[in-house]
Amino acid sequence: MRLERRSHVPLHLAFLAPVSAVLVALFLAAGLIAAAGVSPLTAYTELVRGAFGSRLALSEMLTRATPLIFTGLAAAVAFRARLWNIGAEGQFFMGALMTAWVGHSLSLPGPLGMIVLMLIGMAAGAALLAGPAFMRLRFGVDEVVTTLLLNFIVLLFVGLMIEGPLRDPLAFGWPSSVPVDGAYRLPDLIPRTRLHCGFLVALGAAGAVWLVFARTVFGMESRATGLSGSAARFAGISLPGTLMRVALFSGALAGLAGSVEVLGVTAGVTTTMSPGFGYAGIVVAMLAALHPVGVVGSAIFVATIFVGADAMSRATGVPSFIADVIVALCLLTMLVALLFTTHRVRR
Amino acid sequence: MTHPVLEMHQITKRFGSFTAIDDVTLTLGQGEILALLGENGAGKTTLMNILFGHYAAEAGRVRVFGQDLPSGRPRAAIEAGVGMVHQHFALAGNLTVLDNVMLGSESLWRARTARGAARQKLLKIADRFGLPVDPEAKVNRLSVGERQRVEILKALYRDARVLILDEPTAVLARPEAQRLFETLREMATEGLSLIFISHKLPEVMAASDRVAVLRSGQMIAERKTAETSPGELAELMVGRKVTRPVRQDHPIGAPVLIARNLSREDDGETQLQDVSFTVNEGEILGIVGVSGNGQATLSRLLSGLAAPTSGTVMLSGTDIRMLGPRGLIAARAGRVPEDRLTEGVVADLAIWENAILERIRTPAFSRHGFVRRAAARDYADELITRFDIRGATPETRTGQLSGGNMQKLILGRCLSIGPKFILANQPTRGLDEGAIAAVHETLLEARSQGAAILLISEELDEAVALSDHIQAIVKGRLSLPVASAEANAQRLGLMMAGIWEGGDHAA
Repeated sequence: MRLERRSHVPLHLAFLAPVSAVLVALFLAAGLIAAAGVSPLTAYTELVRGAFGSRLALSEMLTRATPLIFTGLAAAVAFRARLWNIGAEGQFFMGALMTAWVGHSLSLPGPLGMIVLMLIGMAAGAALLAGPAFMRLRFGVDEVVTTLLLNFIVLLFVGLMIEGPLRDPLAFGWPSSVPVDGAYRLPDLIPRTRLHCGFLVALGAAGAVWLVFARTVFGMESRATGLSGSAARFAGISLPGTLMRVALFSGALAGLAGSVEVLGVTAGVTTTMSPGFGYAGIVVAMLAALHPVGVVGSAIFVATIFVGADAMSRATGVPSFIADVIVALCLLTMLVALLFTTHRVRR
Repeated sequence: MTHPVLEMHQITKRFGSFTAIDDVTLTLGQGEILALLGENGAGKTTLMNILFGHYAAEAGRVRVFGQDLPSGRPRAAIEAGVGMVHQHFALAGNLTVLDNVMLGSESLWRARTARGAARQKLLKIADRFGLPVDPEAKVNRLSVGERQRVEILKALYRDARVLILDEPTAVLARPEAQRLFETLREMATEGLSLIFISHKLPEVMAASDRVAVLRSGQMIAERKTAETSPGELAELMVGRKVTRPVRQDHPIGAPVLIARNLSREDDGETQLQDVSFTVNEGEILGIVGVSGNGQATLSRLLSGLAAPTSGTVMLSGTDIRMLGPRGLIAARAGRVPEDRLTEGVVADLAIWENAILERIRTPAFSRHGFVRRAAARDYADELITRFDIRGATPETRTGQLSGGNMQKLILGRCLSIGPKFILANQPTRGLDEGAIAAVHETLLEARSQGAAILLISEELDEAVALSDHIQAIVKGRLSLPVASAEANAQRLGLMMAGIWEGGDHAA
């Protein structure tokens, strides 16, 4: 048995791949749920109900999907150009911290302030990825290592700031940063829920990323760079220039995730505000096969698992860690599924 | 013919509705060298994959030394004594020759390796077949020719008595190829039977006893090599009369590209030394030489990928040293890279995207940072029609094109800028006869429209047929130009060996 590269990937396979990957992952996780003494069918029913069963459940799920769309886009943008940005988690926190800090004492009219604060979050995320990107381009330092390790440095830095200079005196001793001014909080999308207008910003970002990739010179050059660096260089595309711009773009999206989460949900920064949005963004991007519009769908799926697993855990007693297992399994099965979309099995 | 050692009888293989091999019968005699000739895609490799059990044939049987081989069992052929030397070597560079030869032929469950015995056996085989080798040399220190020798030894070590070589000369320089043919002859005299797969006529004529011609999966003809001619074989292979176009003399114009005393060092090593040449309007200047003598560096300089350490290059009076790829294109210099797949195109992009990639930032193909997709598609359509790129629409994934059609795309892209200068580095490497003729035709047409063309080639026939003047490149230095009318194989051979009169071509 051998694998043979397909000359052409049929469209139906591109859709079939994530669906079958998810089904296989759910099937495998069902084994673990059964081992915990619960019928997988009951558990999954509770999971879906927990994410879609009520107005509140649905709005919670979409609230959770919002940062995942941003970090998924950040990963998709970088991976398309073969820049391995594993640091979205750090960029998320950097964007969140800078937004809260500046937003605490900013004095601008509300809507303008929101835009400025989001731009600050984007700049913070972009700046954080610029360093590793520069080291990769100048000295060949592997960005997988640098971006991954920066995540921990940033998290410790955030801890330092919210215990120290940015500590919120009104938080009753909880380690939290000062909150952004109430004037800059993103308005609710559905009244009396946590779902905020940041979700619309995320959808807009997905559309914008699609437009950039499909229609612009920069998008085509970064795709060419990712597919074949040597051919791109022969065609006169500057590899360092393209990769640096891709890095700024990707970092900005991850920083925006943190910024929007602060503006829309948490107001202040805590070290526990992200249940791994940055890392989950990698899964989101892979499940979408790096397609920006697909990212929206896969972010909703991953958010469903996260939010639904909590409800399932309450109803059935299966530990909510199963969500992490399912998401991790999805990444693995998707990698296998992608192999079968680009290759066929020959005997 | 003596009793056949290998028989493939009425083999048919289909992939879906496509018949790749159609009722092919092939026999190989003891001590015979059979050339399997055919264009790319004729089914040569598929046929050999059936022999090795990688594919199961729909019909037909394979007999080796009178024994039927079960179909679909890769080890069966090897155990029966058939060995294969692939076009792309499967050697571990960080291991020694002996390790590579032993790899995979030992039982997994033995605690110790029998290196001593293996070494003896290897040296004995090497001696018997005239394949000298140092068993303890690291493979990544060997030349390409030596690596191929290791591949052959690997097959012989596994007691192969029938040896199949897939395009063995594709990676070899001419003297190495010559040596390979001598070795093959010696091996045949020692009683081995050989099949070599090729689409190059001169080597088939030089090295085989018998030729089997495959076309579109069918066995078209078999000839004794002594009783056929390259012309007849070419016609059988392509299915129609293919003649490479011939250069007509015409007046040559003013200098277009003038390079003076170009040198280039990379990591302290001199790649080009004091190279000077001039290409005139309507002239093709051929640079011949064994690969690895500085052609790649020269090509990088003229493609805008690198700047010379010293020296000047002027294109119609403009200094082009620092222009970069896009600056060169703006200065109307076209470039055909050595490797279509790694440099010429991005295989996973559509044809229209590759067509405009070099010029994507020009107003013709983008505005305000957005790609003008309609204009790009129209342009790609025009290239497809004008340069006869077969099996293509603007949306086709470029990697789906055959080598020849991909080269037509690259050449078309080059010519559509109305180039004053064209760099063509190995423009016909790996192409079949029909595509070679098309590429030559295109280059000669560009020449008659007044383009100055620098042709870098390892194929002497090609260089002589196309070029007005020829210079040889040896160890980064360039010989004086000779008119190709005065160039014969002997003189060019001497030039390529670094022996020329009057020293370097100095300004």
